[in-house]
Amino acid sequence: MSMPHRPDAQPAPASASVPVPGSVPVPAPALRAAGPGASSVRLVWVYPDLLSTYGDRGNLLVLERRAQLRGIRTESVCVNSDQPVPRQGDIYLLGGGEDLPQILAARRLRADGGLAAAAGLGAVVFAVCAGYQLVGMEFAGEEGQQLPGLEILDIRSGRGDRRAVGEILADVDAALGLPRLTGFENHQGVTRLGPSVRPLAQVRVGVGNGDGTEGAYAGRVLGTYLHGPALVRNPALADVLLGWAAGALPELPDSAEEWGRRLRDERLAAVSG
Amino acid sequence: MRPSRSRLATRVLKPDNIAAMSKLQLRARLATTIGGAAGRVSRLAGRGDGSVIGGVIALRLEPGLLGLLATGRQIVMVTGTNGKTTTTRLIVAALESLGQQVASNAFGANMEAGLAAALARAQDAPFAVLEVDEKYVPSVLTATAARVLVLLNLSRDQMDRAAEIWLVARRWREALADAPDCLVVANADDPLIAWAAGGAKQVTWVAAGQRWREDSWCCPECGSHLHRDDSDWRCGECGFARPTASWVLDGQTVVDSAGRRHELSLALPGRANRANAVVALAVAEAFGIDTARALSRLREVSSVAGRYTTVQRRGRSVRLLLAKNPAGWLEAFDVLEPAPVPVLLAVNAQGPDGRDTSWLWDVDYRHLRGRPVFVAGERRLDLAVRLEADGVAFQLVEGVDNAVDLVDPGGLDVIANYTAFQQIRTTFGRST
Repeated sequence: MSMPHRPDAQPAPASASVPVPGSVPVPAPALRAAGPGASSVRLVWVYPDLLSTYGDRGNLLVLERRAQLRGIRTESVCVNSDQPVPRQGDIYLLGGGEDLPQILAARRLRADGGLAAAAGLGAVVFAVCAGYQLVGMEFAGEEGQQLPGLEILDIRSGRGDRRAVGEILADVDAALGLPRLTGFENHQGVTRLGPSVRPLAQVRVGVGNGDGTEGAYAGRVLGTYLHGPALVRNPALADVLLGWAAGALPELPDSAEEWGRRLRDERLAAVSG
Repeated sequence: MRPSRSRLATRVLKPDNIAAMSKLQLRARLATTIGGAAGRVSRLAGRGDGSVIGGVIALRLEPGLLGLLATGRQIVMVTGTNGKTTTTRLIVAALESLGQQVASNAFGANMEAGLAAALARAQDAPFAVLEVDEKYVPSVLTATAARVLVLLNLSRDQMDRAAEIWLVARRWREALADAPDCLVVANADDPLIAWAAGGAKQVTWVAAGQRWREDSWCCPECGSHLHRDDSDWRCGECGFARPTASWVLDGQTVVDSAGRRHELSLALPGRANRANAVVALAVAEAFGIDTARALSRLREVSSVAGRYTTVQRRGRSVRLLLAKNPAGWLEAFDVLEPAPVPVLLAVNAQGPDGRDTSWLWDVDYRHLRGRPVFVAGERRLDLAVRLEADGVAFQLVEGVDNAVDLVDPGGLDVIANYTAFQQIRTTFGRST
């Protein structure tokens, strides 16, 4: 047993401002202000009505918390599929989704153009699972048909023979300087990486892209098959995304990292052991 | 589209049905006998209630057993993500007012083996109320030719082993299109349920409410964003819309199909159970049971397979609540004693729970601020990180007794997911 955890000693909880899908208006686009040393970061959760299958909100909460603990203000916007995607966000999040919502999301995002435009302006895009597939060049529909993606990441996804379900461990591309990824995957996708992207990691346990690699990134667009709240067990990856948007980040005090580290250690031990 | 009251009631067990039952083939009799013996051995060995192992063995000996056991009976199937066990219990209570035996898988063993065991245990019961796992609905509907199918709700649940919920709904819809004699009692407030039930020829719509809406922002028919306000919903693209309900849950009261109001006054707590009760009343009516009479039976149900039970433990009143998925947690928060009554949360991730704890991030734990919160279970660190993100103070404990020792004399509410709940019941010696 451990000492009681008291969050009072920390800044106001990030979640107090978490919007509920469908209830939050999209703010008027503002000029891009974030960048190195930024004091605020705009987080855009793209289509939670279509792409939020399993705990995807966790990524938003983790980014908010880790920014706020460093004194960086966050402004979070949930954009439903009947709303335009603002182009002035700093970090865009795309979650997982079932086949039909994924197809619909891809169609709407292509027609809207906002996300691709923001990515073109240098915004950070973090896409998991179905979201990862649909930021690519093409992905498989519910009958296995190939459908056009958003074409902001040079990957092509199809349908595999078997569903990949379970814990995943992967060693991150050395260029990113991150510790091992730990997460849970649940998908039937097989993803091939094009020449202009790098694999995010090499799979140690699990399936990932299907060829021994896991995820992909290029510039500030990063995708992974670690589904749902992937950043919860990988706070260092959350900091990479925040750092791309806001510049160099100070370390967090140990007290703020304790529970996350304990969870991470437990999962790493449970899966590799 | 409701059938007349007499229609189902007049089919209730006639002599030819008994004849059909007695024709239960030798092989099936042997299968149930051996299965029953295995179940008794399993019970004696302390491995649960024994129904599953008995059913597994019996089905191996006679694969068509479920259909044979169902022959000549009035079967009610109950399915949905949340509330199956409780609603099954409530419907049994209502049907028992007919004065005849009602078979049921009261302990939640809801796949084929558990269903076969439940029917085999009560071979003379003219009625059966069966809780059925979502995935097994089409095959069980075909095998048993159920007279009534209750569709409660559909939301994200154990996604590492369950199919995507839209696919589940589509399979139900297709199965119902092939079962024109089955009356469906369905929740009109859940768009996915309304869509699935749309495959049926006869539907009694119940306005049972839907608190968890994160799985129904899109039209199940065409995928477009659904327009929702308060309880109404409609697709702006294809026009698919909420059906008009003949039974309505309105706060603490139910409005029956004739427009009469009844105070529910259940012993079971919470909005979700009031919704379950309204569904049970609609089923009871289909069997010709007067609502006031059925309601008096429903009020006698105070705990279901350990759920909602209060256990006295070292001077504390420990109340047990089961919640297995985000929708269930939302309903459990609704039932909690007001702060500052402490709460213990316990989460595991074994097979029956789902091995993936991602769903914790779909639950809004801010409801728990302002009271002592303890976390336990095999995945308590997942809970710890989750609560930290929501700014909820908490304390890690090893188990339920650890929390009991730490709280002042008085009440302690426990919310646990499936296997964590069973572990706590075992700690309490299954006195619950």
